[in-house]
Amino acid sequence: MRIALIATCLGDALFPEVARATTLLLERLGHEVVFPPDQVCCGQMHVNTGYLAEAVPVVRHHVEVFEAADFDVAVAPSGSCVGSVRHQQAMVARRVGDTLLARRATALAGRTYELSELLVDVLDVTDVGAYYPHRVTYHPTCHSLRMLRVGDKPLKLLRQVQGIDLVELPGAQECCGFGGTFSIKNADTSSAMLADKVRNVVGTGADRCTAGDASCLMNIGGGLSRQDTGVRTIHLAEILASARESVAA
Amino acid sequence: MSTFLGIPRRASHEDEESPLRGTLPFPKAARKALANDQLRRNLAHATAVIRTKRALVVDEMPDWEALRDTGSAVKTQVMANLPELLEQFEANVIAHGGVVHWAADAEEANRIVTDLVRAQDVDEVIKVKSMATQEIGLNEYLEERGIAAVETDLAELIVQLGHDKPSHILVPAIHRNRTEVRDIFLAEMADAPADLTDEPRRLAMAARDHLRRKFLRSRVAISGTNFGIADTGTIGVVESEGNGRMCVTLPETLITVMGIEKILPTFTDLEVFLQLLPRSSTGERMNPYTSLWTGVTPGDGPQNFHIVLLDNGRTNALADQVGRAALHCIRCSACLNVCPVYERTGGHAYGSVYPGPIGAVLTPQLTGMHGHHDVNSTLPYASSLCGACYDVCPVKIDIPTLLVELRGRAVDSDRGRTIPGGWDAAMKAASWVMSDPKRFVAAEKALAAGRLVAGRDRKIKHLPYPGSAWTQSKDMPAPPKQTFRQWWQETHHE
Repeated sequence: MRIALIATCLGDALFPEVARATTLLLERLGHEVVFPPDQVCCGQMHVNTGYLAEAVPVVRHHVEVFEAADFDVAVAPSGSCVGSVRHQQAMVARRVGDTLLARRATALAGRTYELSELLVDVLDVTDVGAYYPHRVTYHPTCHSLRMLRVGDKPLKLLRQVQGIDLVELPGAQECCGFGGTFSIKNADTSSAMLADKVRNVVGTGADRCTAGDASCLMNIGGGLSRQDTGVRTIHLAEILASARESVAA
Repeated sequence: MSTFLGIPRRASHEDEESPLRGTLPFPKAARKALANDQLRRNLAHATAVIRTKRALVVDEMPDWEALRDTGSAVKTQVMANLPELLEQFEANVIAHGGVVHWAADAEEANRIVTDLVRAQDVDEVIKVKSMATQEIGLNEYLEERGIAAVETDLAELIVQLGHDKPSHILVPAIHRNRTEVRDIFLAEMADAPADLTDEPRRLAMAARDHLRRKFLRSRVAISGTNFGIADTGTIGVVESEGNGRMCVTLPETLITVMGIEKILPTFTDLEVFLQLLPRSSTGERMNPYTSLWTGVTPGDGPQNFHIVLLDNGRTNALADQVGRAALHCIRCSACLNVCPVYERTGGHAYGSVYPGPIGAVLTPQLTGMHGHHDVNSTLPYASSLCGACYDVCPVKIDIPTLLVELRGRAVDSDRGRTIPGGWDAAMKAASWVMSDPKRFVAAEKALAAGRLVAGRDRKIKHLPYPGSAWTQSKDMPAPPKQTFRQWWQETHHE
């Protein structure tokens, strides 16, 4: 299958290892990955901060870039960015009366998937041949869980990883407190939420915390790092891309 | 568009003092609550208990999703036909011997109720189901005019005796533990036993004795309502303690204050809502007491029945095609109990009698948002948009989407300011950068300079404002040596 990669703006600039792992994983599974080089951002930050008009050019650019690309399905290693593509892009377009853009965005959203959705639902695979010898706990990010309803797809994939010791995270479904600019506008409340998430992660005894969204991991990882817990965060894509020959750190 | 319900709408003003409107921006009000460890422990415990109970009784319902869909559809219909349904309701209440009053705002509602109480020549009234009356500040209004209003719901009584405000729609004293309750009773309840302990049973019995004396003596009761039924003119109140039944049966005069959105079209609609409400609110299959009354029945119950139909900003919300969904709310409080923000800040931080996620969408609509300096404009941001509220809402109010829409309005209400704020400038710049790959790549290059401020461990521990808010509790990773698109060009030669 010809799969277009949405690296996400955060992934491209700050967490390139996530988009790299997604690429290598899909190529290892025998698919062709294309990276439309003009892509930037899905518009989520603007929408969630209330700058809906400012989101429109960002959305329009995303739609134009991916409409011009040749691919079967698009994938993003981010529940929140796919949530934005699926639930917000058409909304902001409609809000400014651009029904054509709304239709185009909806059409693209129809073939855009989050990584675990793509693997389990579209490519029909749960064992991706990964090897990852760590004690890992999984945080289901809010947008994956409730906006996309990925359910236990990430866990299905993780359970097939060789060498992994998967441990359940107490209070897994509770938000880590990130919420984009929420973590700045309501920093105190956000920090209180993060403190509980960090305590729960550390309580599992895991040495790695994984999730399907680099932004949530940036938040949780930032808290784990500040408290010198020794627990590291790693994106689901990186675990799935790990092989016996090249175990990701 | 405009909606006209026969009563002229009054503009809401930001300087208006109201139980619906706070005085501090949410982040500032939240800081006070976050610093109170006892409060946070009480809240975390109570919300976790109710959350678990609710999940159990909802999971056992095979048709829960169908019920939610039906509840949502009924409410959508109600909003679409509210003027007609209210007129039908009014006609049926009158036909059964009740008296209907219309109140455009809090002042008018308070005046109507006070006149009705004075007409009975009493200086004390008992109350139940007090949300709507709290919204208009009725107790304070009556008190200033020499009339004592006694709350009979146990939690409301605790709040009232503690000279406090409710912190939760359903569990107004959620922020109090039992030791605090004992201390309040001993200090404020004249007939409390001197040897009162903090054993819940003893506390309940003390309140029961205290209230029983009030019930038997009072000639006037004031109630709120859960449902008003258009095709019969019936009022419904659901509750747990029996105090509601006492209030609506013993006194000679009963005055009900009802928000105009509480209408259900037909009596049979109760079938849906009496399943949705108790499970969502108290986590019970059915609430212990359901009282339904239709006008006046000679020789049985109150012989004077008045209903005050309260607008108080609701037609403002109704006129809003998107925001009106907040009026679907049946005040079950399930969204409060699952909200991670509410769990940590409690209800007072929201500044309104309607706290939590639903309050964050309802309050700004009822009382308006007037630019960035208006505390109401901070409410739609009091959420991480985690979506838990939408999942539990029995009538499927899409609160996260409403919050985003209201954020958009908060921003829009500020456009045209001569000096744009920091967020305006940052978001405009980000939009410019993020809609063009060349500009974005240039920004990535600038970002790479962040490597210089990171320590040897590649952690950034202090960012300048507003990033400082981020680094107060966590580290920021240093930007990588190579962006993804650089790696792609190198490895895929495109």
